[in-house]
Amino acid sequence: MLHHLIRQAAQNGFGDGMSLAPLSAPSRRGFLKAIGAGAGALVIGAHLPMPALAAEAAPKIIGPADPRPHAFVIVAPDNTVTVLAKHLDKGQGIVTGLATIVAEELDADWAQVRGAFAPADQKLYANHFFGMQGTGGSTAVANSWDELRMAGAAARAMLVAAASARWSVPAGEVTVAKGVVRHAASNRSATFGELAEEAAKLPVPQQVKLKDPKDYVLIGKADLHRLDHVSKTNGTAIFSMDIRRPGQVTAVLARSPRFGGTVKSVDDAAARKVPGVIEVVSLLVGVAVIARNTWAAIKGREALTVTWDDAKAETRGTDAMLADYRKAAEKPGSVAANKGDADKAIADAKAKGGHAVDGEFVFPYLAHAPMEPLNAVVALNPEGGCTIWAGSQFQTVEQMVAAHILGCKPEQVKIDTQWAGGSFGRRATTNADYIAEAVMIAKAYPKAPVHLVWTREDDIKGGRYRPLFLHKITAAVDAKGELVGWKQRIVGQSFMAGTPFEAVMVKDGVDATMVEGASDMAYPVANLAVDAHTLASPVTTLWWRSVGHTHTAYAKEVMIDRLAKAAGKDPVAFRMGMLKDHPRLAGVLKLAAEKAGWGQPLPQGKGRGVAVHESFNTYVAHVADVTVDAKGQIKVDRVVVAVDCGEVVNPDIVKAQMEGGAGWGIGHALRGEITMTDGVVDQANFDSYLPLRMSDMPVVEVHIVPSHERPTGAGEPGVPTVAPAVANAVFSVTGQPLQTLPFSRGGIVS
Amino acid sequence: MVRINVNGEERQVDVPEDMPLLWVLRDELNMTGTKFGCGIAQCGACTVHVDGTPTRACQTPVGMLTPDSKVTTIEGVKGKAAQAVQAAWQKLDVVQCGYCQSGQIMSAIALLTDNQTPTDQDIDAAMDGNVCRCATYVRIRAAIKDAAQTMRA
Repeated sequence: MLHHLIRQAAQNGFGDGMSLAPLSAPSRRGFLKAIGAGAGALVIGAHLPMPALAAEAAPKIIGPADPRPHAFVIVAPDNTVTVLAKHLDKGQGIVTGLATIVAEELDADWAQVRGAFAPADQKLYANHFFGMQGTGGSTAVANSWDELRMAGAAARAMLVAAASARWSVPAGEVTVAKGVVRHAASNRSATFGELAEEAAKLPVPQQVKLKDPKDYVLIGKADLHRLDHVSKTNGTAIFSMDIRRPGQVTAVLARSPRFGGTVKSVDDAAARKVPGVIEVVSLLVGVAVIARNTWAAIKGREALTVTWDDAKAETRGTDAMLADYRKAAEKPGSVAANKGDADKAIADAKAKGGHAVDGEFVFPYLAHAPMEPLNAVVALNPEGGCTIWAGSQFQTVEQMVAAHILGCKPEQVKIDTQWAGGSFGRRATTNADYIAEAVMIAKAYPKAPVHLVWTREDDIKGGRYRPLFLHKITAAVDAKGELVGWKQRIVGQSFMAGTPFEAVMVKDGVDATMVEGASDMAYPVANLAVDAHTLASPVTTLWWRSVGHTHTAYAKEVMIDRLAKAAGKDPVAFRMGMLKDHPRLAGVLKLAAEKAGWGQPLPQGKGRGVAVHESFNTYVAHVADVTVDAKGQIKVDRVVVAVDCGEVVNPDIVKAQMEGGAGWGIGHALRGEITMTDGVVDQANFDSYLPLRMSDMPVVEVHIVPSHERPTGAGEPGVPTVAPAVANAVFSVTGQPLQTLPFSRGGIVS
Repeated sequence: MVRINVNGEERQVDVPEDMPLLWVLRDELNMTGTKFGCGIAQCGACTVHVDGTPTRACQTPVGMLTPDSKVTTIEGVKGKAAQAVQAAWQKLDVVQCGYCQSGQIMSAIALLTDNQTPTDQDIDAAMDGNVCRCATYVRIRAAIKDAAQTMRA
């Protein structure tokens, strides 16, 4: 659902005069040179007719038909095959995944395959689900699947045609395997590199034949290594933090300690005296200290005296905000789902021997805190515009925002995307926040390339959090133990409100990202009422790995266990009985339960819990095993994951995403929270915003459902169900539902 | 001028003595394999070896190093443990975003240099100071055990 809304938003434009006009291509020759492909390279894209696809998943090229090939694969005379990733790799392995799709259809040898990030070009490299270039919503494989298969197949056909012409043999007799083109009858063969130059002169075929999945030699195979597994183990992988341009200076920015605060006055005399500090500039967004190196910039900022104007700032603490949320929850909100009569169904159930269960759930603000603190290098270009080196996730938005700041055209903003040291949603913002800051500083200090570096404190205190949420739920099972009524009220902030995405993401007062996973829950409740209150605050919020499902799946799945208990039913059996029309959800639930040994007796103090959910068109179930010790402290021992994400391109990467997703979900459920006192964030760094560490990490066993359904995502869907599975495991031991997050609030986590 | 020995080379840098080794490596010597993650020795992304001991470079003022101190970074780390650890990391495809992995690897090398039969508790103790937000911990643990086996063989 999310990606459809983003696409609509992108089509409708970004407001502020920033429409999504087609952007022109960067210099193809310059780009080939930059990646070392050189002259005579075969450059293939997919300007091929897209096949008819299921409506739900159909990618769609936005804008007029593009006469230029989309450059996705480059076969160079040195026999390398470079696959251009239009998506950001922030750890999820997408460069490897996209390269695998191309290499499969091309019949390349995996050892000759390289990955590179595509330049920023909305027209060539739009995410078909978004209509703009960007990565998110676990869409990368799904939206690249067709175009990259066709690009690989087209390149293969051209290499075959070149060989056929060179050897004067019928193309039908030419075979390709492991990067070698062969004519068996005449015992001739050639490498891709040897044929690249001739192939590049041939027309791109308008029709290509794609492989039958049974013939795959790379897709679905577990023994392919990630393309970044060497560079990221010897220190040579370059992140934007590592970019060093000639003459580059480093900037740090002093920002208001309260969200919504602005600069009232600045005394920079002491800062300017710090050795290495070059310049101090006041901007709309704060005060930038520019220095010879990062240390001097940090010391310079410490020496600044800034007085802030808090007239429009958030001055409440999170306790006061939560009290306001509770007050709002007393009244009906904007309707997100309304079927039957939930109030009546719940009352009837109570009156006729059934059971009603009430739950109040509190979810804290959460920071993304990617390991690489946010940063970007910006150099103004002599011909106008600028070049940005960043772990760029929403390239089109960043081009438009930078162009707006500099007064140039979006296509004059070049983006050199780098490996990103994590994101979890943080780098995909509707206003290009940290990149906009860097461009503003570069504009104010045009003498040298500027590297804006956020410190960890800037990051933890810097907002764009997963919003604080309150859920109030009443649900009932009837005397037979059937779920008959569900009433849910969700209170929180909308991170779409006030952005260019609002017009389509917020319908009838409900932000779709607040209620996804609740208003559309798979359990067939005849009487369902879900409503929402959107409360405003200057505290900035954002999507955070798995978005609304981070809280809706938790509340739903914890309530389901409470209802199962009230109905006297086994948690797996209770769910299974409600998933008859959802075979893929039932499938992962059954698989996880079987593999975990569901139903086998557990020793005293051990608990087992389950949760199942669909997000981003992927189906995941978790079974968690916990120990609750004599003091009531919990430890997560083992997690069993079952995932159905359709056709799996790289099983080991899907496995890694499930392992990481489990860690992400558990870590934040245990101790993750951002709180505020009088509007000032209480946490500052990893000593107070406590991350998951090695000793917290359980054993994780991943089971992938074999499938030839269209591929869907794996980056986010491994998150939503792990925390409720853990909570349900604790519930099975203690009988106490965990409804306030993080668990450390309840004193059960050290 | 501060003189330091990094990866066996004598280097001179014109920096204040309170500048952390992290920034000397990254900003003055352009050795960017050692990462900035938190600045307060809470994440381990900046882990280097000083005379073989895993050390958080972000909390090591460069002036505190003695003229004899030998700093080893991810760019220069060598030996049996380093080889085994890096090979295991590659074999098991440990990395995701990869930003923390220089530090993880430096901590793991130090652990295995001292202890080639690490228990899970030993691994927890040696590695708890290294944060991975991608939560690659399952594979880090497996890779340490794999590397230990290689070293014992």
